Amino acid sequence: MKKIAILFTLYLFFSLQLDAAQFTVCGTCEIASIKEAISISEAHDTIYVKGGIYAEYDILIDKPLTLIGHDFPEIDGELKSTVLTIASDSVWFEGFIIKNVATSYVEDYAGIRVTKSRDFTLINNKLLNTFFAIMLEASNHGLVENNEVIGAAVDQINSGNGIHLWHCNNIKIINNHVTKHRDGIYFEFVDDSEIIGNYSHGNLRYGLHFMFSNRDTYKGNTFEKNGAGVAVMFSKFIYMYDNVFKDNWGRSSYGLLLKEIYDGELIGNTFERNTIAINAEGSNRIEIKGNNFIGNGWGIRVLGACFNNNINGNNFMYNSFDVAYSGHMNDNSFDGNYWSDYTGYDLDRDGIGDVPFRPVKLFTYVVNQVPESIIMIRSLFVYLIDFSEKVSPVFTPDKLVDAQPYMTPFE
Amino acid sequence: MIKYSKLNKKFGKLEVLKNLNLEIRKGSINAILGPNGSGKTTLIKCLLGMVIPDSGTIEINGKEVKGQWMYREEIDYMPQIANFPPNLKVKEIISMIKDIRNREARDLELIEYFGLQPFLNKQLSNLSGGTKQKVNIVLAFMFDNPLLILDEPTNGLDPVALLKLKELIAKEIKRGKTILFTTHIIRLVEELAEDIVFLLEGKTYYQGPVAGLLEKHEAKDLEHAIADIFSTHVKETAE
Amino acid sequence: MIKILKYSFFDLIRSRWSLIYFLFYLLLAFVLLFLNNDISKAIITMMNVIIILGPLIGIIFGIMYYYNSLEFTELLLAQPIKRSSIFLGQFFGLALSLSLSLVLGLGIPFVVYGLFQSGEIWNFISILWIGFILTFIFTGIAFYIALANQNRIKGFGMAILFWLFMAVIYDGIFLLLLVWFKEYPLDTFALLSSVLNPIDLSRVMILLKLDISALMGYTGAVFKNFFGSGVGMSASISILFLWAVVPILAIVRKAKRKDF
Repeated sequence: MKKIAILFTLYLFFSLQLDAAQFTVCGTCEIASIKEAISISEAHDTIYVKGGIYAEYDILIDKPLTLIGHDFPEIDGELKSTVLTIASDSVWFEGFIIKNVATSYVEDYAGIRVTKSRDFTLINNKLLNTFFAIMLEASNHGLVENNEVIGAAVDQINSGNGIHLWHCNNIKIINNHVTKHRDGIYFEFVDDSEIIGNYSHGNLRYGLHFMFSNRDTYKGNTFEKNGAGVAVMFSKFIYMYDNVFKDNWGRSSYGLLLKEIYDGELIGNTFERNTIAINAEGSNRIEIKGNNFIGNGWGIRVLGACFNNNINGNNFMYNSFDVAYSGHMNDNSFDGNYWSDYTGYDLDRDGIGDVPFRPVKLFTYVVNQVPESIIMIRSLFVYLIDFSEKVSPVFTPDKLVDAQPYMTPFE
Repeated sequence: MIKYSKLNKKFGKLEVLKNLNLEIRKGSINAILGPNGSGKTTLIKCLLGMVIPDSGTIEINGKEVKGQWMYREEIDYMPQIANFPPNLKVKEIISMIKDIRNREARDLELIEYFGLQPFLNKQLSNLSGGTKQKVNIVLAFMFDNPLLILDEPTNGLDPVALLKLKELIAKEIKRGKTILFTTHIIRLVEELAEDIVFLLEGKTYYQGPVAGLLEKHEAKDLEHAIADIFSTHVKETAE
Repeated sequence: MIKILKYSFFDLIRSRWSLIYFLFYLLLAFVLLFLNNDISKAIITMMNVIIILGPLIGIIFGIMYYYNSLEFTELLLAQPIKRSSIFLGQFFGLALSLSLSLVLGLGIPFVVYGLFQSGEIWNFISILWIGFILTFIFTGIAFYIALANQNRIKGFGMAILFWLFMAVIYDGIFLLLLVWFKEYPLDTFALLSSVLNPIDLSRVMILLKLDISALMGYTGAVFKNFFGSGVGMSASISILFLWAVVPILAIVRKAKRKDF
């Protein structure tokens, strides 16, 4: 019985393959529009589209099709509506340019919208001047790879996100390049997904934005010069490895915002020249290890209700403030990091300084209280009060120390 | 040539010059004498414009000096203490002063006269007090001006240099210069001065020839005369 | 004035102290560059040294030079030359020789370490410029204090106190007021307070040129808008110049009336 079932499946599979038809679309071909090709094709057919400009919008793929562009055919939505909607499982869409999607305050128009579908693949496309570029709704098991997403966002109110996911799971977002949108990549209610090797820069709000998403991994991405690098909010079990957050400068800007986050890992990332490298609020049980914090305004800014986080084995180098902390209670571990501000000694030559390091300076505390006092930074008086606080802490949390500060940076 | 009229100067509460009147003839040699704090130095400094009088006038050749500075072209002044920028060389300090006056000077002649040639390339901080004083003399005498003011000129000089200075002054006297000098050395007064200006408590107590002062106090020499003035003065204040 | 300036300058650049000051900066810059090998980090440390030490040295040298050359000044006063020329000549001679020590002491190591190849040249120049003007400001003030005080101990004490006030106490009071009145909008107050003290103003101007500028933006647009705008920048520069010019005018005024 089992054997028969397998044979039947194989038969079905091959028959489908054999039955699949192929169509070619081009300006001078018999089929001159993509819509027409879709309408005459059947499930599992393949449509090849040759180079050229196709002024079409509201294209709907409602059966499992493969669409492949040669020489980057351009689908120009002429700023009228959404360009392409995928509402079927197993759609493969590759090698197109999609451009000029309508901007709207009411409708979320998109370059490519995938809705209630699974097993889709969007690969090697370019999305230019799209309101939302790629929008995935209630879909799962899809792949978005190697797309170039270049928006034209000017201000936050009338701009959309680059790659926008809502109620999805098991999606892979790999090696895309996203710029000039509101959020580069946006996750809301997205579980068990991966974001790998993307380059998100120059977006107005966040390079990557997580909301209410669990068990996701992002790895090896670069977030550069965004309004803020990455915001992770109200999520659990987020794994953040080997990313680069840099040059996210500006008023209340940061490399990484953690808000109401539980049980995540943040390992091997580099934070360079951000106003605030990590801004944490209500974050618990996060492992922050082996990261580099270099030349940021603030290294880690802890705003309260952060418990049981482990911050170990990181390099804190040349930040204006390594750690800022609100409140007197500290329940987080700061042991075993390298701090470039550390001036202690190592008599027993075990590589670990013999006197503890206090990463929170008095001036950091003052700036937390009175932000305007930042203008006093690097003045002699501030050095003096920092020094006296170091000798006998009064204002900064007594127990916030690195008891094992390393003498040399980690590789 | 010089006329002080009703000159007053206070330093804080201390009245140094009180309604002082004084006239110095052209070509006269005047020793300014008086006890410490009687206003000798202030008198000279007022003339040079270094101290500004509270009231009264000073005229040189009929011209009021207040607020002016060009009149100092015609004055040679030798200050009491010679202290120079330590890192300049002797020849540089000489050329600096020449530079300021922007005039020809007989510096070479005087350098030779005081035997300063070996020191010309030395820095002033390396000189002894006596040598510095010689430099001071050269700076004061080299412009050959008709009015010469010397404040304690013999300070710190060795006997040989002192002799040479006296000769130099004598020569200048012969050339008809007007000279004002202060000193504590009575012999110098006797040797050089024609007239004495004796200051007491900020006023001119006596002005005139040495002989006149001796007569007034019925003293056999200047030392006794001065001693007499001092004792009367002490009496006066005691009363 | 130029003549006095020239000789004062020659005298001073040959002095041991100028050499020590020069060597100090030379050593400092080499050590910083050697340790960091990163010009922009070295520039920040350099800034801290310049805005604190520059004024202190200006104050101390100004006071000492005035009192030490007082007897020679008396000789000069008897020369046919205006009083103001003497004091201004001496002041500029001193300020220039100190500035020369600063520029050469810092400049040589930076040039050796490849300043011209790095993008930091403008930051470096602005640091030198600030060091220059701070030297002028504080030397001038020291000269004025010396002129106003016959008593050397008193003059020296006042000058050091003035430096201490500007470098430390002022900031202490300023910070205290900020914390005290934290409920109120403080942007304008903070801006005004930091603009009025030449040391603070110099510090802020340099910091804004460096990466750290964005931190200023953190608290509110006021700082950045002010210093980022042409008007704000020229206002800051004018204030620094004013700080340099006022003591000079005061010196001239005081010199006219003083007895020596």
